[in-house]
Amino acid sequence: MNPLAIIGRVFLDFLVAIGRVTVFTFHGLRHIFAPPFYLRLLIKQMMSIGYFSLPVVGLTALFTGMVLALQIFIGAGRFNAESAVASIVVLGITRELGPVLGGLMVAGRVASAMAAEIGTMRVTEQIDALTTLSTNPFKYLVAPRLLAATLTLPALVLVADIIGVMGGYLIATHKLGFNAGSYMKNTIDFLETIDVVSGLVKAAVFGFVIALMGCYHGFHSKGGAQGVGKATTDAVVSASILILVTNYFVTELFFSGK
Amino acid sequence: MSDDPNKIVLRDVHKRFGKKVVLDGLTLEVPRGKSLVVIGGSGTGKSVMLKCVLGLIRPDSGEILIDGQDSMKFNADQREQALRKFGMLFQGSALFDSLKVWENVAFGLIQGRNMPRKEAKDIALDKMGQVGLGPEVGELSPSELSGGMQKRVALARAIAAEPEIIFFDEPTTGLDPIMADVINDLIKSCVQKLGATTLSITHDMSSARKIADYVAMIYKGKIIWHGTAAQVDNSGNAYVDQFIHGRAEGPIKMEVLKP
Ligand SMILES: Nc1ncnc2c1ncn2[C@@H]1O[C@H](COP(=O)(O)OP(=O)(O)OP(=O)(O)O)[C@@H](O)[C@H]1O
Ligand SMILES: [Mg+2]
Repeated sequence: MNPLAIIGRVFLDFLVAIGRVTVFTFHGLRHIFAPPFYLRLLIKQMMSIGYFSLPVVGLTALFTGMVLALQIFIGAGRFNAESAVASIVVLGITRELGPVLGGLMVAGRVASAMAAEIGTMRVTEQIDALTTLSTNPFKYLVAPRLLAATLTLPALVLVADIIGVMGGYLIATHKLGFNAGSYMKNTIDFLETIDVVSGLVKAAVFGFVIALMGCYHGFHSKGGAQGVGKATTDAVVSASILILVTNYFVTELFFSGK
Repeated sequence: MSDDPNKIVLRDVHKRFGKKVVLDGLTLEVPRGKSLVVIGGSGTGKSVMLKCVLGLIRPDSGEILIDGQDSMKFNADQREQALRKFGMLFQGSALFDSLKVWENVAFGLIQGRNMPRKEAKDIALDKMGQVGLGPEVGELSPSELSGGMQKRVALARAIAAEPEIIFFDEPTTGLDPIMADVINDLIKSCVQKLGATTLSITHDMSSARKIADYVAMIYKGKIIWHGTAAQVDNSGNAYVDQFIHGRAEGPIKMEVLKP
């Protein structure tokens, strides 16, 4: 085939995909705000997204905080700025690493699970069955997941922030010889509300993106087990990339607001 | 209510997937309060036809009237209203595997009609009894059931809300002959006691003879014959004859390689 034609086709497919995701997003949002609401499903999703992601996200944050303290200590030592360790750890965790790494870990866990579950429901006609039982699949499957992920990720990231800072504190005081009291004081003195808030806003956006990709790819999967497998992979990859992309734009938004 | 004698009318319905033409000008009338059975070979578009009526697949062209209203022109609300009239048994059962069996059966009552769970469970267990499943099965998950049991659960789910129109896509395949006959009786009673209109698809001629008021045969995306159940045996149509007697020789050529 003509290489230009291939490029054209890929580009057109890309535009089509963007259009579909946009329509899907609007449908999802509309059903979040219009009754009936499935509270039971929302709570179930919040449990599976939030509570069961705690170990993964907590461990990630702990080791990230620890390694951050080590690296910054080494880097800052080169221009005698060791006292900056506490403040850089807390800023790095709350502004960037907490939400981004937390989001990526949850994307791996949750976007894949959503795509697999909804994808299986699609290929076994369970989604069609929902429709024939007077239940809107968007309302029943998509809306609770979108809402649950958007609400839960900030809470999850807040916990990750605290654990990450604690990780840094442990290394700083036990290994690098910092005084516990002054490290804590440095941490708190340098932290501004906007640092935490911007991280939590990011987390909410990432939560939405994760659930959106999981539901979208699951909903549009076709062709049996193989199709579901592809949907799962696509969901994780696209959610991860979108997290990194939206991360930049949300950061810029907060940055320019300064 | 319209006084049209037909509950559902399909007129010149076309549907293709890519290059493959599945429905090719299909026209069919489903009489109100009667049982119509559609017979036809595998892959001739029977399941696609049901899904077109339910709006799960959008036909490329044609007209589908439900109680005299053109379903192709429905908006989302009208479609939801229309779907409340239907119960559907899917060929592959399509049970919700995240829910218990009784919750599956009660699903349309709880989610669709906001019935309290307790009340819905009683109805669900009663419907399960009618398809020969005891209350202990209700607490299991669908994946713990045999294929035939799953089919019966799906059947109970389709009739649980006592809809006006019920579609049965191969209700008796995978069942033993005795249970198949129990299901045949159940389908008949849906029509006779509840006054439902049913459209069933089957390959099982003994089942078709038992439940049908009318029979139609689909071949290559068209209805090539229809008549009353009694007329099936002397239809004078070579395709129908070949099908009901299950002969390999005849006008219907199976696309298989001869050894
Ligand atoms: N979603 C789809 N995408 C592409 N092709 C499809 C789709 N659904 C059905 N088909 C094709 O349409 C044709 C008719 O399918 P359908 O399921 O209606 O057959 P059927 O008459 O119900 O057969 P059976 O008796 O085996 O169930 C088949 O050839 C199938 O390949
Ligand atoms: Mg079929």
